[in-house]
Amino acid sequence: MEELIRDNREKNEFLVHRSVFTEKEMLARERAEIFNKCWLFIGHETEIPEKGDYKRKKVGGRNLLLVHSQDGEIRALYNTCPHRGALVARENEGNSRVFRCFYHAWSFKNDGELNGMPGKDGFPDDFNCDGSKNMKAVNRLEGYRGFLFVNFDDEAISLEEYLGNAKEYIDLAADQSEAGLEVLGGVQQYSVRANWKLLAENSVDLYHGMPTHKTYFDIKQAQDPGIKRVKLEGKGKDLGNGHAVMEYVAPWGRPVAQWTPIWSEELKQDMDKMKERLVERFGEERADRIANYNRNIIIFPNLVINDIMAITARTFYPSSPGYMEVSGYSLAPKREDEEHRMARNNNFLEFLGPGGFATPDDNEALELCQEAYNNNQEVQWNDISKGMVRGEENAMATDEIQMRSFWRQYKVRIEESMKKEVAQT
Amino acid sequence: MTVATLTRQDVVDFLYKEAQLLDEWKLKEWAALFTDDGTYKIPPIGEPEASPTESLFYVHDNRTRLQERAERLLKKEAHVEYPHSITLRNYHNILVSGLGSDVITVECNFTTHRTKREVLDTFIGKHTYEIVQQNGGLAIKSKKVVLYLDSLRPHGKISLIL
Repeated sequence: MEELIRDNREKNEFLVHRSVFTEKEMLARERAEIFNKCWLFIGHETEIPEKGDYKRKKVGGRNLLLVHSQDGEIRALYNTCPHRGALVARENEGNSRVFRCFYHAWSFKNDGELNGMPGKDGFPDDFNCDGSKNMKAVNRLEGYRGFLFVNFDDEAISLEEYLGNAKEYIDLAADQSEAGLEVLGGVQQYSVRANWKLLAENSVDLYHGMPTHKTYFDIKQAQDPGIKRVKLEGKGKDLGNGHAVMEYVAPWGRPVAQWTPIWSEELKQDMDKMKERLVERFGEERADRIANYNRNIIIFPNLVINDIMAITARTFYPSSPGYMEVSGYSLAPKREDEEHRMARNNNFLEFLGPGGFATPDDNEALELCQEAYNNNQEVQWNDISKGMVRGEENAMATDEIQMRSFWRQYKVRIEESMKKEVAQT
Repeated sequence: MTVATLTRQDVVDFLYKEAQLLDEWKLKEWAALFTDDGTYKIPPIGEPEASPTESLFYVHDNRTRLQERAERLLKKEAHVEYPHSITLRNYHNILVSGLGSDVITVECNFTTHRTKREVLDTFIGKHTYEIVQQNGGLAIKSKKVVLYLDSLRPHGKISLIL
């Protein structure tokens, strides 16, 4: 077995072999050992609030149908006809009691049960008595604070056990709102011509913040002359199971209760009230954390929840080693006041998303990494050592412990597969 | 130029000038085409009439933000567009209405090609402008870009001004 990750704690050096970003064989192993076995984010419960609501989702390379069935259960159905395989639901979202495959007109209730088909007399009386002609559901679908996940491994540990220490940080985001969070319309579907793991790294990498996003911070400084020097200070933390977080002071306005001078005086008063309410609910210390600190969270392998100048969740999946599909969500308090919501959304768009002042530069950085990996034969290793010298328990947010946590888990999961000749599910 | 003498051709020439400024990376000059209350917006794909409070836009710029956008893209640290990509914008099927009124509305189809590092991406869709007369010339009061795409794949970003 070739060594892919060198974790040398004596030398304080952490190296990742660049073949993991370029080799098709590695992608096959990742599918088998990671995407077929880990909990993968599928969406948020507020996307399908009513019975009959459904939304098509691509998760772990599958075509799924996230549906709020008539019996009240939320299911993830494989969007394929049990008869001959055609995609059943073709609209991206909607509300329906029945799904009908257009090919031979088999129809299914919104819990997946076969409801009828033409020419029934051509089939035996006990046809489908074992349920094998129903639309199949993913066996494992579990949720935490409204975030829904699926797992294609029936033997997997529970979602809560899997999330472990990461739950605390999801709570800090969800606790911003007494009414709960909701997903906004217009989920951003984009892509990056780079390996998926580069986005996992980038999303919890504060070290790149100033050099890559200087133009954004220039704008922030011009808006708020009070910020003499933008600082990005805080802690990096390994949360176990490959999850990690960086928590740091916010040099920008946060729509939770940290006002910034580009916002109105009324908004300032509202935000003061919000903060008071947070203190009532959670006490001074936790209220400070919720309102005034940013958190970038990676949930292994492919969910990022960034509670920064707004809340975004992004998930991504590789269709080839050098290309990933990304879905970017925005989450906000339900029934948020209109002016607050506008301030939040402007904050989001200024930095985040394919049209923001920052995300496209991240995209470019990732693509330049991928392009230059064609030098892999001669230049083989990435360095992810920053902060090891301080000791992992003293990691700063601008260190690289978040990425090392991801890679250590990656190593555990992939090593098993490396003993096998080819990837096996 | 007065209301009485303004022709469809004047409006079309103005739009071609806008496209040319963008293709030549004269972005400050582009921003200067807007009125003081000018806006530039790109609603979510498939939701052209979405509300900016309920849905996430790609771009929702007021006059200040569109100026910041233009100036940012000219900096060397706007990495995604440094070195600048090569772009080519075509406007087609231009429909001008309200020539005699205070606000002229223009709809046109657009095709914007962008190439960088030998990868060509093409954005297609419909622009809707509100144009007014100002200081003896024309100015953009609003520009709304509706993308006619399924998603931003494989483009991955809207780093350009569309």
